[in-house]
Amino acid sequence: MARKSFRQALNEALRHEMARDDNVIVLGEDVCGGAGASGEQDAWGGAFGVTKGLLAEFGPERIMDTPITESAFIGAAAGAAMTGLRPVAEIMFVDFLGVCFDQIFNQAAKVRYMFGGKAVTPLVIRASFGAGARSASQHSQALYPLFTHIPGLKVVIPSNPYDAKGLLIEAIRDDDPVIFLENKMLYDSEGEVPDGAYTVPFGEAGILREGDDATIVALGRMTAVAETAAVRLANDGIDCTIIDPRTVSPLDEDTILDFVADTGRLVIVDEAYPRCGTAADISSIVAEKAFHDLKAPILKVTPPHAPVPYAPQLEEAFLPDTRDVEAAVRSVMEGA
Amino acid sequence: MQLSRDELLSAYRTMRTIRMFEDRVNQEMSTGDVPGAVHLYAGQEASAVGICMHLNDSDRIASTHRGHGHCIAKGCDVNAMMAEIFGKANGICQGKGGSMHIADLDRGMMGANGIVGGGPPLICGAAMTAKYRKTGGVAVAFAGDGAFNQGTTQESLNLASIWRLPVIFAVEDNGFAEATSSDYAVAGDIVERAGAYGIPSERVDGLDFFAVHEAAAKAVARGRSGDGASVLHIKTPRYYGHFSGDADTYRTAEEKEAMRRDQDCLKRFRERVTEAALLDAVQLDQLDDEVAAAIDAAVDFARAGPLPESSEVATDVYLDY
Repeated sequence: MARKSFRQALNEALRHEMARDDNVIVLGEDVCGGAGASGEQDAWGGAFGVTKGLLAEFGPERIMDTPITESAFIGAAAGAAMTGLRPVAEIMFVDFLGVCFDQIFNQAAKVRYMFGGKAVTPLVIRASFGAGARSASQHSQALYPLFTHIPGLKVVIPSNPYDAKGLLIEAIRDDDPVIFLENKMLYDSEGEVPDGAYTVPFGEAGILREGDDATIVALGRMTAVAETAAVRLANDGIDCTIIDPRTVSPLDEDTILDFVADTGRLVIVDEAYPRCGTAADISSIVAEKAFHDLKAPILKVTPPHAPVPYAPQLEEAFLPDTRDVEAAVRSVMEGA
Repeated sequence: MQLSRDELLSAYRTMRTIRMFEDRVNQEMSTGDVPGAVHLYAGQEASAVGICMHLNDSDRIASTHRGHGHCIAKGCDVNAMMAEIFGKANGICQGKGGSMHIADLDRGMMGANGIVGGGPPLICGAAMTAKYRKTGGVAVAFAGDGAFNQGTTQESLNLASIWRLPVIFAVEDNGFAEATSSDYAVAGDIVERAGAYGIPSERVDGLDFFAVHEAAAKAVARGRSGDGASVLHIKTPRYYGHFSGDADTYRTAEEKEAMRRDQDCLKRFRERVTEAALLDAVQLDQLDDEVAAAIDAAVDFARAGPLPESSEVATDVYLDY
């Protein structure tokens, strides 16, 4: 198996699916980059280069630069999905979904239910998310809890290149609307990725490490933070399980509850805001369903209830890091 | 454009069905048996029918909160619509949508919409599908004067223009966005605004079925032949308030009385076709009776329909979860 970047893994997923099914189209701001200009027509391939090369392979009817009008093109993607295409719409930054939220959560997410089960909306909305790139408050958020809250949407957060490819192929083949969020700090990360097409199912968590002492649930880029912490903790004889839910809607509750039953201790690491967030959600599920398995209070490791700051020292303070995770695990282990 | 006798009868029947459906829904509201709110289309019938007569089942429309007329004109089943409004399991959306979400995708009816300006982006997508698959299909976004101010609509005009999408924006200007008049709330001129996007646009008398029908013919032909979008600015009255039960005190009694007396697209249609001896009054009266019976039957169907099972509350959220 070849080592490939997270970006390349996503690009391969799109190419496989566009080649397999000509109903799959791609649209978004600068997904080619250069429409109507005098120079290169595929100058950008998306803000992060994920769609680079698709224009040459599939032509301008299959991949379209859009004006910066998210309501129109996200709504159009939803309408195209309702009428038989399988659009993959790219939003540069998840933060921009604020200007087109209605088309996602009142239209795409609800038509199937409101219409009594008649609508099928195979739509994928891809967006980058996450802090760490010094992009400040409007280009750095991890807004997946907002989408997780909405019935009718599926929400996917890959943590590594292998999952990124398999989950994106799964998302494109799925008949429900899927919000597919890519941590922008992972695009250059590398891992083993098969050349062929394969899927990673939704609602099945990945288990990155097994240990008997504490369970850590971590999402996206935070899985790597948790793994570094777990290695250090292991040196002190504290063995952690790390669970990567991979999709937060649907959420693989069973795997989380199984490991909590074994370890009795749970730390959730998440870079979304703490209030009504994913960590809070998982914490409440475990508190309700596995209270008697717990040997210590559940701890959440999240940013503070504050926007994402710009200055590097502030942004570092904002994001959960290895020391935060380590400290949380040591805390739930107290008295053990 | 010459219409056949059958086409004229069909147009009249559909307009009359919409009028009687709405008057009856308004009446049923007062019984307390309709669980939710309804926004009635009475007065605007010539717009829905004049446009939808040009469409087939593979053409798509997106509607508004005031959607019953568009649904009927696009061929939705009147019994199932009425049952939906009554919140019954035999409703067109199994009681999950209600008045504001009536849809029938097999008829190309992509939904009434509870969000003002919700439909135009979706219809751009339906037009993208038609264009991509080269079907010659068109897509119509019905929108009110209120929705024409929404960013979603303006963004959709831009998108439809630059991508030459086969979209018809049917702007039904009934003079009011809820209780706020369009004289107050709409800057400039709707036709000129559309023109600024490079989209052919025309003002149409919504009282005149034949004017709507003719303008729509051009717009639909433009879409089918790949020449892109059109805007029809259709001036029309709104007989009821914003919703059934709205006291509608922002309009004077005299204004409302005059509106119903002088601005009636059905009356005008009758006058025109009988004066031209295209149809005779007896025929039309007979049709009125038939429609009245059909509306009675729809209410019976709705009232007799079963209530949804509580166990259905969380079905059809996803295909697979």
